[in-house]
Amino acid sequence: MKKNILWRFILIGLTVVLALVFFLPNTPLFQYMPGWWKNNMPDKGITLGLDLQGGVHLVFEVEGDRAVYLTTERIAHSIKELLEKKKIPAEVTRDGLLLSVAPNSIDVRKAIEDSYPILTPVETGAKLVYKLSDKEANRIKETSAEQALETIRNRIDQFGVSEPTIHRQGINEIVVQLPGIKDPKRAIEIIGKTAQLEFKLVDDSAPVAAELPAALKPGEEDALLAKFAGKLPADDEILFEKSVNRETGEVSKRPILLKKQVLMTGDLLTEAKVNIDQRFNEPHVSITFNAAGAKLFEDITAANVKRRLAIVLDGNVYSAPVIQERIAGGNAQITGRFSLNEAKDLAIVLRAGALPAPVKMLQNVTVGPSLGADSIEAGKRAVIIGAILVVVFMVFYYRVSGAIADSALVLNIFLLLGAMASLNATLTLPGIAGIVLAIGMAVDSNVLMFERIREELRAGKTPRAAVDSGYNKAFWTIFDSHVTTLITAAVLFQFGTGPIKGFAVTLSLGVSINLFTALIGTKSIFDLINSRKEVRKLSI
Amino acid sequence: MFELIRKTKIDFLGKRKFAFIFSGIFSIIGVVAIVQIANGKANLGIDFAGGTSIQLKFEKTVNLHEVRKALEEGGVKDFDLQDLPTERKILIRVKKTEQELGKASDELTGLISKKFPGNKYVVDSTTEIGPKVGRKLRADAAKAVAMATLGILIYVAIRFKFDFAVGATIATFHDVLAVLAVFFLLGKEINLILVTALLTIAGYSLTDTVVVFDRIRENLRLRIKEPVEAVMNASINEVLSRTIIVSLTTLFTGVSLFLFGGEVIHDFALAIILGIIIGTYSSIFVASPVVLLWRKKRPFAKK
Repeated sequence: MKKNILWRFILIGLTVVLALVFFLPNTPLFQYMPGWWKNNMPDKGITLGLDLQGGVHLVFEVEGDRAVYLTTERIAHSIKELLEKKKIPAEVTRDGLLLSVAPNSIDVRKAIEDSYPILTPVETGAKLVYKLSDKEANRIKETSAEQALETIRNRIDQFGVSEPTIHRQGINEIVVQLPGIKDPKRAIEIIGKTAQLEFKLVDDSAPVAAELPAALKPGEEDALLAKFAGKLPADDEILFEKSVNRETGEVSKRPILLKKQVLMTGDLLTEAKVNIDQRFNEPHVSITFNAAGAKLFEDITAANVKRRLAIVLDGNVYSAPVIQERIAGGNAQITGRFSLNEAKDLAIVLRAGALPAPVKMLQNVTVGPSLGADSIEAGKRAVIIGAILVVVFMVFYYRVSGAIADSALVLNIFLLLGAMASLNATLTLPGIAGIVLAIGMAVDSNVLMFERIREELRAGKTPRAAVDSGYNKAFWTIFDSHVTTLITAAVLFQFGTGPIKGFAVTLSLGVSINLFTALIGTKSIFDLINSRKEVRKLSI
Repeated sequence: MFELIRKTKIDFLGKRKFAFIFSGIFSIIGVVAIVQIANGKANLGIDFAGGTSIQLKFEKTVNLHEVRKALEEGGVKDFDLQDLPTERKILIRVKKTEQELGKASDELTGLISKKFPGNKYVVDSTTEIGPKVGRKLRADAAKAVAMATLGILIYVAIRFKFDFAVGATIATFHDVLAVLAVFFLLGKEINLILVTALLTIAGYSLTDTVVVFDRIRENLRLRIKEPVEAVMNASINEVLSRTIIVSLTTLFTGVSLFLFGGEVIHDFALAIILGIIIGTYSSIFVASPVVLLWRKKRPFAKK
């Protein structure tokens, strides 16, 4: 055997061993390997995409504008307090993202601009109009996206999903992938809930409170709000409490007049857990405040004995009990006809904290586990049948040479799986399609060479000369046809999402490996045959 | 030596008028399809248009007509249904829902559960795409097509002399347009996975063309005295078996995907099959005649 042929076979052998080592974790064999192997050798292998193992792929948008709006509102409130404290008479109003203060005076301007350098003046005529500086607005959007990511990660951790992927995309989008999840709807609810917990006083003293109907059917809320729009005191608002009739299961909404001012929010929470009510055997969520929260809660309850305190979550009243006495110790309960899962989920979101701004779902791709399993089966079948068709055709058409091409094809599949495993690539259904196509394309190179060799043989060359010149002349043809496929695969990798990316990965790896197996693998076998003695007839 | 196609002497270039008419029609339909897609009038998949699609797998056979009635009575508008009766599956697609994501799919399953209380089902898959994501995916797809086209053009320009580059490029465009035209005429869904297939076709299209061109270039150097058209015809005939067999193996795998790969990639496989067949045709009937025409137009073009 010639030396350089030997080296080529060693090279091929090494790549096969490497491929096997990398692919081993995907085979049942891996669990029987000794401990030192499991600890030191690759243990990840190829992961299945969400479309094959089932799961959800979600994209949420953090409504950063809303966070900017909320901050503006908060600042308007503090400016009002600041001016009152400094005894400067001025009217503070907020219109969308704009803050107006009238009348304009040097005192007002100085007071505001000293305390709030983050405000930029928009108008400085008879009244002062401010908005948050662009830099500050962007900072708020940025941090709200970051916080939302943290909070969502927290919630998912507590919900208990194995190997979730949660990351930011662009400025304000969050991508959540939960493989193998059984109850996608619940997960979506948990992620999407803002969970802004607020405590507000019920305004029973305003005359309009008595005019409110006791219960509405769901869907009638907007009409009611429109009807009472002009009649409410300036710092009051109407929110709704959902109630369910214990006997009939009928849902109704009760309007409640509340003071707009938020006395306390959920960010002072330290614990939220589910308890079961002894009387009705219904779950509720008990919350515990931290020291500052406990003190605040005590002060609030002390100042408002005999008034009703509403517990508001994301704009819905959960309950509005009458404060019987000052409550010390920092414990409170949220009740409201929960199912056990609802109560558990509420406890999770309260513990993980509120989202800094609401999130909106932009995309939801859910694949059930049974469809995933079906797809794997179908994919396997397509790979096997496609490979058999190609293998049989090659032997039928090119005889021994066809068998050599087939052995290169098997090598190709081995190396492809090994390469994917070494990259911890994700296999998707289009990815399987990519493998199937790569199998078809793999023999293309050999077909091109064999046809060329046949031609050289016809022209009267000896088998060895025919093989050599066949390879050389076919090389550029093979190269050209592979490169353009690689170009498109690279583009697909760049722009594709999930499944399509999987296709780009398998196709580009398949095509690259094919160059290796066709140009080194098959050629080596031919050289080996030719190196023994001059072959008189080539089976091609 | 077993040969599928022995020595042939077909006057391929002589038939170029028919080929140009045939290919011209399909290319024009392909362009029309692109215009319609841009205007949102083609059958866009929900990944491009935005909307909701759910696939349900029932325990017992369901009547598609009943499902349609249930949805219509429930006030669902602009939906379409597809079924796989052998697997008791139905696919419901609702385009461009204005509803908040999550609501539409709940509404659909609610209506189905109400109509078929005795027939349990599992939700095989749910896809909800908001309009913003739809827009982004459309833009991404357009960018991908542009980038891939540019990449192939640059490569072809580097590797071939100008006249051959023109032929290869036109053949590649032709293949993609023709497949798109067939999908458009069949009313098939234009979605992300079809774009993937089209780009794959664009990448693969050059394979046969290169085979033909390499031989033509080689022979043009050897047979300087013969007329170009005769050399080209002879070259195409010489490599005919190769052109066809190269496509044949990939075609086998495409067919295997089409028949056994499952419903999710059915259309993808169809596009690939069409692309391979059209690609083989175009490397013979489109790419080479274009080169010939180009040469005739400027006989003194430098070699």
